[in-house]
Amino acid sequence: MKLDSKIPDGPISEKWDNHRFSSKLVNPANKRKYRIIVVGSGLAGGAAAATLGELGYNIDCFCYQDTPRRAHSIAAQGGINAAKNYQNDGDSIHRLFYDTVKGGDFRSREANVHRLAQVSVNIIDQCVAQGVPFAREYGGLLANRSFGGAQVSRTFYARGQTGQQLLIGAYSALSRQVATGQVKMHTRQEMLDLVAVDGHAKGIVTRNLANGEIKAWTADAVLLCTGGYGNVYYLSTNAVGCNVTAAYRAYRRGAGFANPCYTQIHPTCIPVSGDHQSKLTLMSESLRNDGRVWVPRDESDCPKNPNDVAENERDYYLERKYPSFGNLAPRDISSRSAKEACDDGRGVGPGGRGVYLDFSDAISRLGEDTIRERYGNLFQMYERITGENAYQRPMRIYPAIHYTMGGLWVDYNLMTTVPGCFALGEANFSDHGANRLGASALMQGLSDGYFVIPNTIGNYLAGTGSGSVSPDGPEVKEVLDSVRQRVDQLTSCEGRRSSRSYHKQLGQIMWEYAGMARNEAGLKKAIGEIQNLREDFQKNLHVPGSGDNLNAELERAGRVRDFLDFGELLCRDALERNESCGGHFREEHQTTDGEAKRDDENFAHAAVWEFKGEGDTPERHVEEMDFENVKLAVRSYK
Amino acid sequence: MKLTLKIWRQSEQKDPGRFETHCIDGVSEDSSFLEMLDQLNEQLLEEGVEPVAFDHDCREGICGMCSLTINGFAHGPENSTTTCQLHMRKFKDGDTITIEPFRARAFPVLRDLVVDRSAFDKIIQAGGFISVRTGSAPDGNALPIPKDESDQAMDAAACIGCGACVASCKNASAMLFTAAKAGHLNLLPQGKAEQEKRVLDMVSAMDGAGFGNCRNYGECSASCPKDISLDFISKLNRDHAKAKLKKLFS
Repeated sequence: MKLDSKIPDGPISEKWDNHRFSSKLVNPANKRKYRIIVVGSGLAGGAAAATLGELGYNIDCFCYQDTPRRAHSIAAQGGINAAKNYQNDGDSIHRLFYDTVKGGDFRSREANVHRLAQVSVNIIDQCVAQGVPFAREYGGLLANRSFGGAQVSRTFYARGQTGQQLLIGAYSALSRQVATGQVKMHTRQEMLDLVAVDGHAKGIVTRNLANGEIKAWTADAVLLCTGGYGNVYYLSTNAVGCNVTAAYRAYRRGAGFANPCYTQIHPTCIPVSGDHQSKLTLMSESLRNDGRVWVPRDESDCPKNPNDVAENERDYYLERKYPSFGNLAPRDISSRSAKEACDDGRGVGPGGRGVYLDFSDAISRLGEDTIRERYGNLFQMYERITGENAYQRPMRIYPAIHYTMGGLWVDYNLMTTVPGCFALGEANFSDHGANRLGASALMQGLSDGYFVIPNTIGNYLAGTGSGSVSPDGPEVKEVLDSVRQRVDQLTSCEGRRSSRSYHKQLGQIMWEYAGMARNEAGLKKAIGEIQNLREDFQKNLHVPGSGDNLNAELERAGRVRDFLDFGELLCRDALERNESCGGHFREEHQTTDGEAKRDDENFAHAAVWEFKGEGDTPERHVEEMDFENVKLAVRSYK
Repeated sequence: MKLTLKIWRQSEQKDPGRFETHCIDGVSEDSSFLEMLDQLNEQLLEEGVEPVAFDHDCREGICGMCSLTINGFAHGPENSTTTCQLHMRKFKDGDTITIEPFRARAFPVLRDLVVDRSAFDKIIQAGGFISVRTGSAPDGNALPIPKDESDQAMDAAACIGCGACVASCKNASAMLFTAAKAGHLNLLPQGKAEQEKRVLDMVSAMDGAGFGNCRNYGECSASCPKDISLDFISKLNRDHAKAKLKKLFS
């Protein structure tokens, strides 16, 4: 597997300009000869389908939901970063670039991150013009808030539902293209495989979730905008339907998978309440602007009503350990600190896995109305789920799997190692390194979709020509047959166990051994347990009904089947990465005060896994990460 | 908790459908309504009965995918709440709960509790957008927008497109949805240029999709999980009348 990152020449701030100038273009009259498949309709997919449609390409866009407006980008709460420097507080493109590289613990690709920071300013302009109702000040100008890992205020937001508003913007642009016929939208369709012809991606095979039809679609390029793989942990803040199947199937067809062990654990989620739990709910990080995190100093105070614990009996541990960032310390650090406090026996709530997020100071300083205006919907959501009123009693929070920085390896053009197959948004690996900063996921999804891919895909298409593959060709038929066979295998299994029970068990293994803290022995154990679980799955799975109608059990079984393989890959990557960095914390590698200790000499690279066949060990390749503009340093938020 | 569930079963669109009764025991008060259905489905699997199909995704009240009529109320009896955010502590041990799909001619049932809401997409495709090509936008702060206007647009934009308004209206009207979507864009200066065409096209797409007429019953707003106000319907009526008159005299 050859990993050519295709980073353009020149100083970092000129690379993107140089690249756009030197890339080949497809002339406007020729664009209509090309067909592009976009899988996923979230911020990356929706934005890409709309923009490529505007340019004149013919687009087929697929999503598993009943409408593109429901993709999981919708659930992002807090905001989107942009280097606008509207606050005049010292922000700049270079600072956003620097913060993101440092926040990612020096494991991302500088050139991609700089481009992200550059186009961040265009994203805000575009969204405002689409009618995204960002929060405003009384003078009518855009308002900002602060987010973790930054000392400037550069986050734009729309109450607590920035994701929904940005997605509605992309969805409206997409709908406009659907109306013109430039984009064909295929809802309730799940991609189950990638079609490659002579090594180039030329189509996909989908299953229609409403009627079971399995069908091949061909095109000149395929864009995978299919999100992350957090649901490999069963419990995560992802939507229940989020899955790794599209990306994993592309991996099996030759796309390298980079850094699967980089998973982000979000510090502010509502703690688990019992075995019935099907997902975890995030409380936006923006809450940490006004909320103070604490646990009782003394274990004996844990069962008490938090309002009865005296001020000097509380340990505001983030403020104590990280005075300059305080409650806004980055996500990985905040999460680990919460775990430490709970491991220390000072956790609160059922099972002792929780810490307090307290708004009483902010309420007495700003008044309840201001807090309600800022976070009203989050407080309401908290009340729905826990039955507690957070205006009167501190919230209980605990870390949960939230985002995955790893993903399909892509070059500067966002192309995977399969030519013609591109990966955008959370599905790729390039921008967040080992840890993503808050309000950067929305930025990356929209950057890739609106501004990067429309400028980079032409270079590939111009070099390959259009319309060469027939949907009836032998390569297509082979993939169709293998998908049909896989679906039949699942429905003909005559076991007793539901796919959900396997998913839960896999999640427990992953959380136990590949969660917030990992070590060699645990990861080895996890790999063995996953292999056993997979064997059991193949024998004892039970899927009711058939494949030719709406069958949610069958959908889940297929996704869990891929999670079982993928979970093993994740553990393998975590095992080989013998250092701590960002969200990947190896207990063997920590400083005396428990901070992550990187090994830049041996691991300043992206690990890219190549599929070598069913049951064979995948091969690990590396792309060295060069840091020419940001000096490698110990990440300190003290 | 122990519950009796009367659930709508329908194998496909053409099947006339029927109610089926199932009992479930050991439901936690802390579980959500959908988690209770997950538990039921695991139980049905063991009993050799096909599980109940229902739509759901984010399970945090924002994607708008979940869509049940519970005891006659769209998203259940709790105000300002989607089905996924409805928790079992709002019910009593021993309750009988009736669960149906969202019912409306424009939302045909696909299976059990799953309905097809693509008619909403058609309304948006008709005009629920501002025509701005990617890359052609002026600076975000070039156009100051008074905070109260922007806040009002945000109130309308909070609609999650779930269809509860349609399901709870006895005419199955989509006026609240259409009004929220048109209102969000019409309230903003960016949306003014296309306002007249937008309201005419969206209302015509709404009528064409088979939704009923609005008679101001107000059930839509009462059942809306995001509390979209009836004021937006008044605004749409005003904007529509103005656009129609203008078209008539031009």
